[in-house]
Amino acid sequence: MHWLSQVVSVTLFSLRTIPERKGAVTAAAVGIAGVVAVLVGVLSIAEGFRAAMSAPANDDVALVLRSGADSEMTSGLSRDETRLIADAPGVARGAEGALASAELFVMINLPMRSTGTDANVPLRGVEKTAVAVRGDILVLEGRMFATGRNEVIVGAGAARSFAGLDVGRKFRVGPNEWEVVGIFSGGSGAEESEIWTDAAVLQPAYNRGDSFQAVYARLRSADAFREFKDALTSNPRLRVRPLLQAEYLAEQSSALTSFIQGLGLGIAGLMALGALFGALNTMYSAVAARTREIATLRALGFGAGPVILSVIIESLVVALIGGAAGAAAAYVAFDGFQASTINWQTFSQVAFAFAVTPRLLVTAIAWAAAIGLLGGLFPAIRAARLPLAVALREV
Amino acid sequence: MKYVSLVWSNLRRKRLRTGLTVLSIFIAFVLFGLLCTIKEAFTAGVTLAGADRLISRHKVSLIMTLPESYARRMARIPGVASAVHLTWFNGIYQDEPKNFFGSFPVSDPTAYFDLYPEFLLPTEQEEAWLKTRTGAVVGRSLADRFHWKIGDRVPLKSPIWPRAAEEAWEFDIVGIFDGANRATDTSGFYFRYDYFDEARANGKGQVGWFVVRADDPDRADEIARAVDAEFANSPYETKTEPEGAFAQGFVQQIGDIGAILMAILSAVFFTILLIAGNTMAQAVRERTMELGLLKALGFTNGLVLALVLAESCLIATAGGFAGLAVAWLATVGGSPIPSVLPVFFLPAKYVAMGAVLVFALGVVTGILPALEAMRLRIATALRRQG
Repeated sequence: MHWLSQVVSVTLFSLRTIPERKGAVTAAAVGIAGVVAVLVGVLSIAEGFRAAMSAPANDDVALVLRSGADSEMTSGLSRDETRLIADAPGVARGAEGALASAELFVMINLPMRSTGTDANVPLRGVEKTAVAVRGDILVLEGRMFATGRNEVIVGAGAARSFAGLDVGRKFRVGPNEWEVVGIFSGGSGAEESEIWTDAAVLQPAYNRGDSFQAVYARLRSADAFREFKDALTSNPRLRVRPLLQAEYLAEQSSALTSFIQGLGLGIAGLMALGALFGALNTMYSAVAARTREIATLRALGFGAGPVILSVIIESLVVALIGGAAGAAAAYVAFDGFQASTINWQTFSQVAFAFAVTPRLLVTAIAWAAAIGLLGGLFPAIRAARLPLAVALREV
Repeated sequence: MKYVSLVWSNLRRKRLRTGLTVLSIFIAFVLFGLLCTIKEAFTAGVTLAGADRLISRHKVSLIMTLPESYARRMARIPGVASAVHLTWFNGIYQDEPKNFFGSFPVSDPTAYFDLYPEFLLPTEQEEAWLKTRTGAVVGRSLADRFHWKIGDRVPLKSPIWPRAAEEAWEFDIVGIFDGANRATDTSGFYFRYDYFDEARANGKGQVGWFVVRADDPDRADEIARAVDAEFANSPYETKTEPEGAFAQGFVQQIGDIGAILMAILSAVFFTILLIAGNTMAQAVRERTMELGLLKALGFTNGLVLALVLAESCLIATAGGFAGLAVAWLATVGGSPIPSVLPVFFLPAKYVAMGAVLVFALGVVTGILPALEAMRLRIATALRRQG
């Protein structure tokens, strides 16, 4: 008989007997579904956070902090310094001059919609050029704030996560009252978690004098960064740290992302071991229950190869069904789930959506397949090694 | 005792299956232990908060500073025993932001350590601190992390508080404090405010927040309101709350993620238990005929029940306790990420909870097949094919 057709017929035969062992098979599949769901679920948090903390559209936006500052929060620049930075070579120019925005970054306490408890919400004071610098800021609802007035626009993520940030509402922070006049999207996800207002209004409200914390600049092209950076770092009147926004965001999100990823992989790894033991148990019992059957097949002339393969394939099929179910469940449960958390590196809240990416799903299915393969391999070898005479006599 | 060998040989009959089941339960309880450790690490600040301590900060946000002079005004408010201020220094060691730890100038070293009796600082070291202007006192876990010892000179840079002289801040380690128990966070770096205020380039007289001691913990809320009333309608309004509520606020800020991680982990734990339980139950059902035989030999119903339960409990305890032990061992070495989770240990209450779960697992997985076995009519059992 042809080798391949042997494999097919033995495999079909064993798959048809699954209903007789549905308890054990279901347990193995559920275990693997669990591994996959956990892996996808936890890693989707990290993926979503990383996606929120990146600005794929803005590879030519740079920001400048004070030398030694690790975030906008710890940075400080005087008006003179921000002017020197705006005049640096490499900065793109628009109708109103250099596309550079000197910005102020403070924190306010606002209650979270979910729990009603206070959260650190970033409030950013920007110059008129800020929108042109980012390039992709879109006012979804309402209008842009008017300069010189206590008006704010709120990022879509912040509007979702914190109470009282609807267009037309006012909120009080210290002695100042701010009116929400618009909701915006665009920029990085981190910026969508922010509230924006006119820097000139924010400065006196926060006793900041005429100082800023960062300058955002649109570069002529991504290649102009080298020139921009060299000009700033070699200027004796400045002690600053220029970096690309993408770089900065990656730096700000690295700790939380790697913490969640480490946790996710560790847990999924442990769980995978647990599921592997379950799969091994199932397949060993399957082989044990079919001892006579397998021996009969061997006696009829089926080779060891087809028997081994059939057991492995069965295990793989069970694992893949479980894995697919787990991945689907995780996708339904987690993809797009809106959450916000505190990013310790900036000390502020970031609103983001869990992201079940295709890459994650592929990884998860690969894990399921690996468990299935390992779970089937050893029992398969046992099946093939059964001594015929003894096995045939088994009840 | 004579039945022990019977249970034992039953377990040994399918050694591989027993082994695999024990291993899956083992994994489940390792996970359980780590889960509890992480949960404890996140909420450590809340559970350890002193009932008589209040935190008073700028009403708008923790990042805004308050005048140093508030300490004296607070101390005069009836019900306030003492008030000490701290400032977020954000010291960076060796120019490496990853070497993160909390560092704070403290207004009054003696009063601060009185406020935190769980920080154990030898008296002679406290005296040395009072004598050394540039002296710093660090927690045991921080000292271990960077191998600092008393007498070391540690340079730190602060992106928030540059020195007037534009050079790194220099501190002399004069004391190392221990925690009163494992739950105490000993990752802090404290130094003197007078040194800090004199040398900083800007913001002189401005401080981060106040730790206020109420002389009666039961009146903490009332005193918090009195403090806020004192500074109401000033340019620097305060928000004062008990330390526990303050810490709780931070935990809340982690938000849904924390809750979701916990939910996922619990789901994992129970899934593994479900699978292991199913295998254990299966192992008993396969032996229905044998159990019938035992009863035919004169074993009472109760004895058959006990034998089956003993078997499942033995599997559960072997795997479960080993898992808890390994989880405990894994946390004894301290935190793998001291900058994120400074407090990292498995509290005894969770070990106890784990032990209860271990027995519950043994009983739950054993009880159904055991009851079935007990109710079995001998004739039916013997007729059944194994």
